[in-house]
Amino acid sequence: MDIFLQLIVSGFLVGGIYALIALGFVLIYKATNIINFATGEFMMIGAYIFYSLMVYLKLSPFIGVPLVIICAALLGVLVERLILRHMLGQPNISIIMVTIGLSSILLGVAEVIWGSEFRSFPPLFPRKPIIIGEIVLRSNLFYGFLLALVVVAVFMLLFKYAKIGVAMRATANDQMAAFSMGINVKTMFTISWAFGAIAASLGGIIIANIGGVQPTLGHIGLKIFPIVILGGLDSIIGAVVGGFIVGIVENLAGGYLDPIFHGGVKDLAPFVVLILILLIKPYGLFGTKEIERL
Amino acid sequence: MNILSIDDVSLAFGGLKVLSDVSFDVNEGEIFAIIGPNGAGKTSILNIISGFYRPEKGRVFFKGKDISHLAADKRAAQGMGRTFQNIALYHGMSVLDNIKLGAHTHLKTGLFSGLWYWGAAHREEIKLREKIEEDIIDFLEIESIRKKPVSALAYGLQKRVELARALAMRPKVLLMDEPVAGMNAEETEDMARFILDIKEEHNITIVLIEHDMKMIMDISDRVLVLNFGQALTQGTPGDVQKHPEVIKAYLGQKKA
Amino acid sequence: MYIGDFKEAYASDQAVFVNTTSRFWLGVLFVLLLIFPFVAGDYFLFMANLAGIAIIGAVGLNILTGFAGQISLGHAAFIGVGGYTAAILATRFNLPFLLCLPLSGFMAAFFGIIVGGPSLRLKGLYLCIATLAAQLILEFVFVHWESVTGGIRGINVSSPEIFGFVLDNDFKFYFLTLVMVIICVTAARNLFRTRVGRAFIAIRDRDISAELMGINLMQYKLYAFGISSFFAGISGCLWVNFLKTVTPEHFPLMESVRYLAMIIVGGMGSILGSIFGAIFMTIVPEMIKTILGLLVNIFPTAMSFLFPLQQVIFGLLIVGFLIFEPHGLAEIWYRIKNYFHLWPFDH
Repeated sequence: MDIFLQLIVSGFLVGGIYALIALGFVLIYKATNIINFATGEFMMIGAYIFYSLMVYLKLSPFIGVPLVIICAALLGVLVERLILRHMLGQPNISIIMVTIGLSSILLGVAEVIWGSEFRSFPPLFPRKPIIIGEIVLRSNLFYGFLLALVVVAVFMLLFKYAKIGVAMRATANDQMAAFSMGINVKTMFTISWAFGAIAASLGGIIIANIGGVQPTLGHIGLKIFPIVILGGLDSIIGAVVGGFIVGIVENLAGGYLDPIFHGGVKDLAPFVVLILILLIKPYGLFGTKEIERL
Repeated sequence: MNILSIDDVSLAFGGLKVLSDVSFDVNEGEIFAIIGPNGAGKTSILNIISGFYRPEKGRVFFKGKDISHLAADKRAAQGMGRTFQNIALYHGMSVLDNIKLGAHTHLKTGLFSGLWYWGAAHREEIKLREKIEEDIIDFLEIESIRKKPVSALAYGLQKRVELARALAMRPKVLLMDEPVAGMNAEETEDMARFILDIKEEHNITIVLIEHDMKMIMDISDRVLVLNFGQALTQGTPGDVQKHPEVIKAYLGQKKA
Repeated sequence: MYIGDFKEAYASDQAVFVNTTSRFWLGVLFVLLLIFPFVAGDYFLFMANLAGIAIIGAVGLNILTGFAGQISLGHAAFIGVGGYTAAILATRFNLPFLLCLPLSGFMAAFFGIIVGGPSLRLKGLYLCIATLAAQLILEFVFVHWESVTGGIRGINVSSPEIFGFVLDNDFKFYFLTLVMVIICVTAARNLFRTRVGRAFIAIRDRDISAELMGINLMQYKLYAFGISSFFAGISGCLWVNFLKTVTPEHFPLMESVRYLAMIIVGGMGSILGSIFGAIFMTIVPEMIKTILGLLVNIFPTAMSFLFPLQQVIFGLLIVGFLIFEPHGLAEIWYRIKNYFHLWPFDH
């Protein structure tokens, strides 16, 4: 019973962090209808930039984090301007494949710059593990979760109340209408990509703080697909709930099944879940079914 | 004889009521027009007949049989042809291939005979080509553009190719959604002539949505008027034109 | 330049190679392909075999993604299924190669249909994600189902034997590859002269109106998926028999991306494009290796950049072609051909 509870709680915490990364995906999808396969790579690049700032420039995290936010925003803007702008009006499958190509580029560039070895993060949080009753939680998981929660909350508030958030939601809902209301749709696209990159990068920092950073960190980014399919591609709440569920499921699967299969089940479990969801409820828990016009 | 019967059909998208209790019959061999202001639900009726939308209530009868639960692709096989408001041609294929696609349900080539090709598939393709050339390409006067990619064609010609494709379906009923939208007077006359020829030579029943009143009144046998998803009235063009509700819907009420 | 190219029968009008000139050049190509192995060195023979095997896989993927519009990120995994099937049938059950070949195809097709099937009801995006899941799940199975797949060590196979001939070197294997490429390319090209191929294109371009034209979307998407995976299985079988071994590291996600690059660079929706793309994306990694090998004198650690540099270049090729030349090398080829057809006139 102890192990069960332990797995659930730590799964919940890591799920919260996944939710932040999934948010990075949903923000872009909601505003631009583009599936960003490079979300994981945004996450990885954010982690590496932060690592470099901390280790090579010996900056404090309080300067490092804002700098990463700026760099991430820049990355998002560059990607949108240089690549996605040219793909306006192209069929959906082409745009999806562009982001697949993008993920490949970012993965390769990261390895060229930083090499392929694993690097562990300098500690950001106090090292003492957090103990709740019988459950022991690693501090970087616990504090990382709190941080992720804060960022997600900020984004959600931004979306609901800030002018820019409302403008982005309007653009996501109906581009033409937003356009005629004086919203600069192109700018909204760029901003969405910036926000998406920021969310993913912050998630990347938090994850890398727990498990270290290497170019294949981006593969964790692939987990967002089970999350957003489970939650619904265009739902922010879905990303959060989906994140929690996937975090818990993978922890349970890893805890109980890894010993049988000699490892690897933990990373696989979300994708088995994905296939099951596609069978049962493909639009996810909170997603909206598109009504097609003829 | 009723070839098509719409019985008490209602359709809603969430809170938006698109159609309410619409009923009408279409006689075999006639040209039946559906008119009404934008948003009245005309295309939705066609989509229900085609099988793309499922109504909340009501049934659709075709050739006497209840097809309300029949899948869209099976309805096409039964003889329901269709053209679309926003041209739905396949840009990846030439004019000829687009037309051949219309005949899909009448062909038999399967996966394995297709991969092998020589033999049954080849014979079928040649026979198809002959039939299309004689019955459709000649008829619609589109010989010169056969091999052209459809995206390179002028709008009016694209509409004609769409009609050709619908004819290749060998339909008993042809559903046409605004066939002359955006055409000038000459193109409209050509299309009207084709539609009349289709009715007379091929004995195909036509259900037609249009805004061009002159054309409707000229070629239709009977007209149904829709407004806000409800059937206002139906009858011959002459009757409908004089109906006070119709005049009110289109022109508004005279200020007292 | 030819003027006055009249056809008198529909059959000749619809032929793939419409006139004597193109049939002549096709014949020349065939002869060159037959002579090639006798004059080429070992390295080029090796590369030619790899390219041929890639062509079959690329044609399969193009049918599904380029023609039918359903993106697959799992192509490498299905090639793997074919490869493992071939290896297991040959080593465990001692089946003759000519039986292993189609069975590998069917096994891959079977897996493809299971995994993709349920998602075919939905829009292509969901199929894409399902294929990603399939890729990752199959990668796991390849590594962990040790009793069947041999785990990380994999399975070794001996040279294939056909009608008593043992194909124990690249020269002999070349002819098998050549025959298979000709068969697969021809079969694929044939498909698009029939209603099946047209249905695929219709589904890609406008699937809703395709359904209203009488095309059963689910059925034809399954066909596209099945055929594509079948070709992948064949490609896998040939690959494993060529390299004489199968291990999990041959079928990672990056390989699925390389196949996508093949059809994007070569030209989606074009059989000829699949051929160009496959050859191109087989040569590119080799070129990178060669260039880095030359640079080792200046930068001793140059070779460690091989893998990441490949990834960057694959990605750049995909993005670059999608933005600047979305119809790929095939389009460039047609432009050049048309120029010479009309020469010396401009248009």
